[in-house]
Amino acid sequence: MNDTTSNQDKVIITENLTKKFGHFTAVDHISFEVKKGEIFGFLGANGAGKTTAMRMLCGLSIPTSGKGTVAGYDIFKQPEMVKRSIGYMSQKFSLYEDLKVWENIELFGGIYGMNDKEIAQKTDELMKTLDFENERDKLVKSLPLGFKQKLAFSVSIFHNPQVVFLDEPTGGVDPITRRKFWELIYAAAASGITVFVTTHYMDEAEYCDRVSIMVDGKIEALDSPENLKKTFNATSMDGVFQQLARKAKRVDS
Amino acid sequence: MNNNQNIAETAISCSGISKNYKKVEAVKDVSFEVSRGEIFGLIGPDGAGKTSLFRILTTLILADNGTATVNGFDVVKDYKKIRECVGYMPGRFSLYQDLTVEENLEFFATVFNTTIEENYELIKDIYVQIEPFKTRRAGKLSGGMKQKLALSCALIHKPTVLFLDEPTTGVDPVSRKEFWGMLKNLKKQGITILVSTPYMDEASLCDRIGLIQNGEFLKIDTPDNIISQFAENLWAAKSENMHTLLGDLRANEHIKSSFAFGDSIHITIAENYEVEKLIEELKQKGHKKISIKPIKPGIEDCFMELSQSA
Repeated sequence: MNDTTSNQDKVIITENLTKKFGHFTAVDHISFEVKKGEIFGFLGANGAGKTTAMRMLCGLSIPTSGKGTVAGYDIFKQPEMVKRSIGYMSQKFSLYEDLKVWENIELFGGIYGMNDKEIAQKTDELMKTLDFENERDKLVKSLPLGFKQKLAFSVSIFHNPQVVFLDEPTGGVDPITRRKFWELIYAAAASGITVFVTTHYMDEAEYCDRVSIMVDGKIEALDSPENLKKTFNATSMDGVFQQLARKAKRVDS
Repeated sequence: MNNNQNIAETAISCSGISKNYKKVEAVKDVSFEVSRGEIFGLIGPDGAGKTSLFRILTTLILADNGTATVNGFDVVKDYKKIRECVGYMPGRFSLYQDLTVEENLEFFATVFNTTIEENYELIKDIYVQIEPFKTRRAGKLSGGMKQKLALSCALIHKPTVLFLDEPTTGVDPVSRKEFWGMLKNLKKQGITILVSTPYMDEASLCDRIGLIQNGEFLKIDTPDNIISQFAENLWAAKSENMHTLLGDLRANEHIKSSFAFGDSIHITIAENYEVEKLIEELKQKGHKKISIKPIKPGIEDCFMELSQSA
């Protein structure tokens, strides 16, 4: 493998990435790479350091030491460029409840620097693919949870980012909606968008191409779900997770 | 113990309870009972009506229709008596962020005219885990510790019925297991527990469950009975390419349902169709390493089947 071409294929690269808060090392020398179009599951117990790591990768928090690039930009030196090249969605959505569906799309498209024509055209396409044409003029707060979630995800990738960060995107929804949501994730990944996702549903970990498990700020395991199950002699990802996360020494967990 | 003897055998009873918020029917004509000492799980997604039911039973809001009792007390007439004998842990963190761990606990004890010492036995197992941080402000605790403190505060007046609204939402699988361990211990001490959760895998830890969606119960029974009533034969399908497998199964008219389920796809098959034929068809579509095995359904399979036929 030629180094330059393979690096272009890597959307996230971290090397000994570390974040300390005073004496507390929240993220402790993590190194990993995520390929273009990959669905990467980022697991860990509460307090393991996932959120801190994700904030660094999104350009929202400057690391204490180590290296990291996201979408080709240095997370130390070019956090603003990082922010432009990524999408982000959390369980709490981030849509404006008092704006209509199309207004939310226009707002976020505008923030990411898309022009009016582009926004109008992509909005039409999106309403069709989501089968949302009747919802276009509705206030977001009037939509059922499953709709909001689909919309929040679609808005987060509307500007066609290289990578989208999903922070527990499926919390609280019913099992059918949860599965439909993952079909959207697959479609995004198939179109070349890299997906970086955290979840507490261990069945969802199985849908990822590769999964990392963080324990006390370190990445304790990183592999495909199949290989992890083999390595840890477990029948499910829950079994793998339970074995690893139980090792946690931090009282926070 | 003497105190408990004159308490009704039915800890919670709801009959025809409805609650609307303007046009939204949050709870629709719901009836169910929870026996003394039972762990009863309300299992369903956000917006199913779980929190409204909790608020009605803890006398925080009034139902539009129907009657309900807790420990034999009416939720409208005897609301003061209910408030004395129940513990409630709301879904959102309910503690005072600016008070320390110990101050929060003391506050809740005082409100109920008791002291930490008096009922320490009941919370001991849970509280010792956070006691090292008793001078830390509640707002500075991690998720898992907040959860333990909230449970301690809900228990400090020795309630006989405990209402836990999504205590494990957003909590990692290890901490969730631990939390359910604590509930089992509380059950041993005779406390009745009504607990809600969106995690279907927690259903098996309840004595009985109510699967709830859109303000209505899809089913109320023991987890085992619900599973044994699953009407179809369920199969787990796998192949080398799981993404295209789901699409190919959906496109097959003989496949009645197909849902991704961890590392396999759970399917039900039309009666006039055979698994061998399906394997043959999938081979023709280029799938390799096809495996289709019969499996026992879980609560999540049941929930999906029931919600689709509802």
